[in-house]
Amino acid sequence: MSTPTQTDPGLVARLGTVKWSNYVVYIGFVLVFVFFAVTQTQYFLNATNLTNIVIQAAPITIMAIGMVFVLSTGEIDLSIGSTVALSGLTAGVVLQATDQWWLAALCGLAIGAAVGLVNGIFITWVRLPSFLVTLATMGLVAGLARQLTDLQSVPVTDKAFVWIFGGGNLLGLPIMVWWTAAAVLVGWHLLRQRRYGAHVLAVGNSAAASRVSGIKVNRVRLMVFVGSAMTAALAGLLYAGRLQGARYTLGETDLMTVIAASIVGGTSLFGGKGTVIGALIGSLLMSMINNGLILSGLNVSQQMIVRGAIILIAVSFSLRGKKNS
Amino acid sequence: MPSETALPGQKASGAPTETPLRLVGIHKNFGGVVAIKTFDLDVQAGEIVALVGDNGAGKSTLIKIISGLYQPSDGEIWLDGRPANFRDASDARAKGVEVVYQDLALVVDQPVYMNMFLGRELTTGPFKILDRKRMATETQKLVDSLDVRIPSAKATLSDLSGGQRQGVAICRATHWASSLVLLDEPTAALGVAETAKVEELILKLKARGAAILIVSHNMDQVFRIADRVSVLRRGTQVGTRVLADTTHNELVAMITGLTS
Ligand SMILES: Nc1ncnc2c1ncn2[C@@H]1O[C@H](COP(=O)(O)OP(=O)(O)O)[C@@H](O)[C@H]1O
Ligand SMILES: [Mg+2]
Repeated sequence: MSTPTQTDPGLVARLGTVKWSNYVVYIGFVLVFVFFAVTQTQYFLNATNLTNIVIQAAPITIMAIGMVFVLSTGEIDLSIGSTVALSGLTAGVVLQATDQWWLAALCGLAIGAAVGLVNGIFITWVRLPSFLVTLATMGLVAGLARQLTDLQSVPVTDKAFVWIFGGGNLLGLPIMVWWTAAAVLVGWHLLRQRRYGAHVLAVGNSAAASRVSGIKVNRVRLMVFVGSAMTAALAGLLYAGRLQGARYTLGETDLMTVIAASIVGGTSLFGGKGTVIGALIGSLLMSMINNGLILSGLNVSQQMIVRGAIILIAVSFSLRGKKNS
Repeated sequence: MPSETALPGQKASGAPTETPLRLVGIHKNFGGVVAIKTFDLDVQAGEIVALVGDNGAGKSTLIKIISGLYQPSDGEIWLDGRPANFRDASDARAKGVEVVYQDLALVVDQPVYMNMFLGRELTTGPFKILDRKRMATETQKLVDSLDVRIPSAKATLSDLSGGQRQGVAICRATHWASSLVLLDEPTAALGVAETAKVEELILKLKARGAAILIVSHNMDQVFRIADRVSVLRRGTQVGTRVLADTTHNELVAMITGLTS
């Protein structure tokens, strides 16, 4: 009945208006995949290794989804790496004390929510730039993590915890794949299908326009920081479960990778544009590059150089997108 | 067909009998700074009243008071014959007061339909999923009915020209306004051709029976589209004139305070 055919552009016309820069990550993903598939066929191109790439990426993927929301509002969260450690350690300590996997998980996530709330409150009420607030909490939370066990690692042996947050297998798929899928689904739903997601993107585009349109700008901002810290806390649980132990160094080097995964995926560093699926592909791409570089025999320093270069290229794309609009 | 008992916030079919906007003795000061001394004005349905004055005269302040962003220090606002005491801008919007700003209060990376429904997005089902399809269809209908030429309701706003964007902003105001549309220098950022388009659109709103209060810097524009004009000079309401009974020179004299 309601088919406005006369205003619908034809397929050819629509293809002409497609912004190819939005698909850079997918093209890059395919190119890198093919490159390693050809050069490292034997080790790279088998089910175990490919599943491994997804499993290795899981914490980064989940945090990148949280970061997409933060970046989409035009803010940044630098404190996620420290939150990973504090959450993992908290869970480990609670587990040692109570032997209740669910209580440990709950405490870890609660710590995350608390860090997110502190970030959000200083950013919305005290009106400090998120860059400064999360830089400060990054140090503060890292200090707490070191203090908590006096730099000691905590073993995690609880069977249920290790299964749920580490090596479990459900319906033939590793539990990490399920966590990844769940995070992607929830993140995509929130950003794409809920009013909340529309408001996140609107705030990032123009806080003033959002405000006069009746959007509760500060509430949206607060929520993205709570969400981001919660994804970091979940990542902390996943590290603790997978490594069967927690240590203050958990998540130490993840910040750069998480931001890179989001930006490579097509989320703007300046707000207003965000994609959860892009973050997934971006995270898998980073993980695949890592995997391929190791298989290619590059050492850790060389890997760092290559990863840094990729981030630089990704940021250039993000900047160019901004200039065009 | 809309029924006779149209709810507030919905468009009534017939001409309303009450005055859409009545300002009585509006006064506003920011601390010690008096922004508006006293301001009185009625705007009738199907009428365009222009608000003119130099920079800092208090025009935007008055618009912000009517739209609930500022509270008046004194005086009364009546909408459709009822006293209006807005707590904030959302409150004013809920009661059908819509504003079009000079600096385009839109989000450029979102599609046109999202802008049309910004802050009031339509959802469907028990899970409150965004109803993009219905928002796009309703937007398309609206832009078509006002003859705003855009590629599609699904086009991203950043792909539109300034004139098209202001067209979208005015469509949005029309869609949500019950009877009153406020425009604060809606063409200040536009070129000549785009300004003409927007003026055409404003005249269409008038033909539909909207009460329109427009802030303008452009004296020719005032003579082109307005029925009456009210002049502010440094917070003082110097006078209100019917355009047919005044001249360019008289208005300039009122704005500047210099008699030629
Ligand atoms: N929020 C505010 N706080 C203090 N003074 C204000 C504020 N808003 C406006 N003013 C003052 O009120 C006067 C009128 O400003 P405005 O309404 O913006 O003028 P116009 O739109 O006519 O150029 C100016 O002197 C301005 O400095
Ligand atoms: Mg002004």
